[in-house]
Amino acid sequence: MNLARRIIPCLDTDGDRVVKGVNFLGLRDAGDPAELAARYNGEGADELVVLDIAASRDRRPTFLETIRRVAAELSIPLTAGGGIRTLEDARSVVRAGADKITVNTAAVERPDLISELSAEFGAQAVVLAIDAKLDGHGATHRWDVRVRGGRDLAHLDALSWARRGVELGAGEVLLTSMDRDGTQAGFDIELTSVISRGVSVPVVASGGAKTPEHFAQIFSEGAADAALAASIFHDGSQSIRGLKQFLAGRNIEVRFPC
Amino acid sequence: MTIAIIDYGAGNVPSVERALERLGASSRRVMQSRDLASAGAIILPGVGHYAAIIRALDSQNLRAPLLQAIAHGIPFLGICLGLQALYARSEEAPAVSGLGLLSGPVSSLPQTAKLPHMGWNRLRIVKPTPLLEGLCESDYFYFAHTFAAPHSAEGAVALCDYGSSFTAALQSRNIFATQFHPEKSGAAGARLLQNFLRLAA
Repeated sequence: MNLARRIIPCLDTDGDRVVKGVNFLGLRDAGDPAELAARYNGEGADELVVLDIAASRDRRPTFLETIRRVAAELSIPLTAGGGIRTLEDARSVVRAGADKITVNTAAVERPDLISELSAEFGAQAVVLAIDAKLDGHGATHRWDVRVRGGRDLAHLDALSWARRGVELGAGEVLLTSMDRDGTQAGFDIELTSVISRGVSVPVVASGGAKTPEHFAQIFSEGAADAALAASIFHDGSQSIRGLKQFLAGRNIEVRFPC
Repeated sequence: MTIAIIDYGAGNVPSVERALERLGASSRRVMQSRDLASAGAIILPGVGHYAAIIRALDSQNLRAPLLQAIAHGIPFLGICLGLQALYARSEEAPAVSGLGLLSGPVSSLPQTAKLPHMGWNRLRIVKPTPLLEGLCESDYFYFAHTFAAPHSAEGAVALCDYGSSFTAALQSRNIFATQFHPEKSGAAGARLLQNFLRLAA
């Protein structure tokens, strides 16, 4: 028996609202986080991710309140992140109801943060979020890690960084293709496959999802353990149940809630 | 009847509380030994490291009263690390002595598959148990762990296959435990918790 492939809606939040944008830019309001959480929980989502895209200090209490409101609606796991820089930040997010925490920029700046979180909460609770962007082409291409919402180069190779993060204690990798994010051109199969086959922990693919076919490809060709999407679920253009029926028809194991 | 949820700082205590609340059960967090005596049932949730849960039970002086309550027949449900804590030891922390209520080693799943074993998997029910009443082998449950009790463990009622076979749910007298997280397993998990509440009533 194998694990079911997971379908994960993502709520990008700014303050107490869910927002959506293209290539990390041009944000629009997409609804109330708790309402969306309740809907996805009922529709058969396997997990939910909530990311604080603003991640500013003064908005922190609002984000924690959002996590509490979202967690209250869920009977599935919740992952939260955005702006987690210290063990204390992570504690408050976990206390608010998150089962897993994602770290991104702060882990690049201070990799020991991953070990500290892993020692405190266990590897299964620590998700290394990597924003990757293609660099070069042909035989020499690789993916660069980007930080601060994709604005800056981390001067790290995505595969090496993913492996390092796992060694330090991350139990999962949330991999976003910056080239595909917001384009609806499909997940980055090559990037996901390289990272997923290159690390010993589950990999969640993110960025570019539009059609059920994109999901089928990222599971069968991209070796993703889970796939994350936001706007296609928020705007109702794709139901989670319909997506899972499509995948089951392709002999991809998915969970149907009873 | 009140369910005592042992609170040693584990992250999933609020989720367990919410899951019970949805089922209409009243629960309270227990951090000290004197609060355990009057419990109608006890839940030990847990996530993280084996050493952390055992050390916390000891530092909060909960080990002896917990063993006593279980010996008195109070229904007990261990979740995830709360299942592993029932054994005498775990490969995750060989120097630490667990509760020793069940025999058999807790050891790492084989590294032939991705670890942690994280996500939704199904059970192989090997023994009828009221804990799994109304549930079947097509139901999925949420797992998030690297270590597990062997498939031959005492009291195993359901197994799960991931790299190898391990104990996913067990029952031994008034002791119930699951390696998966019923509080995170949607409707199937809620059904299991409801079964436990009925057993404890």
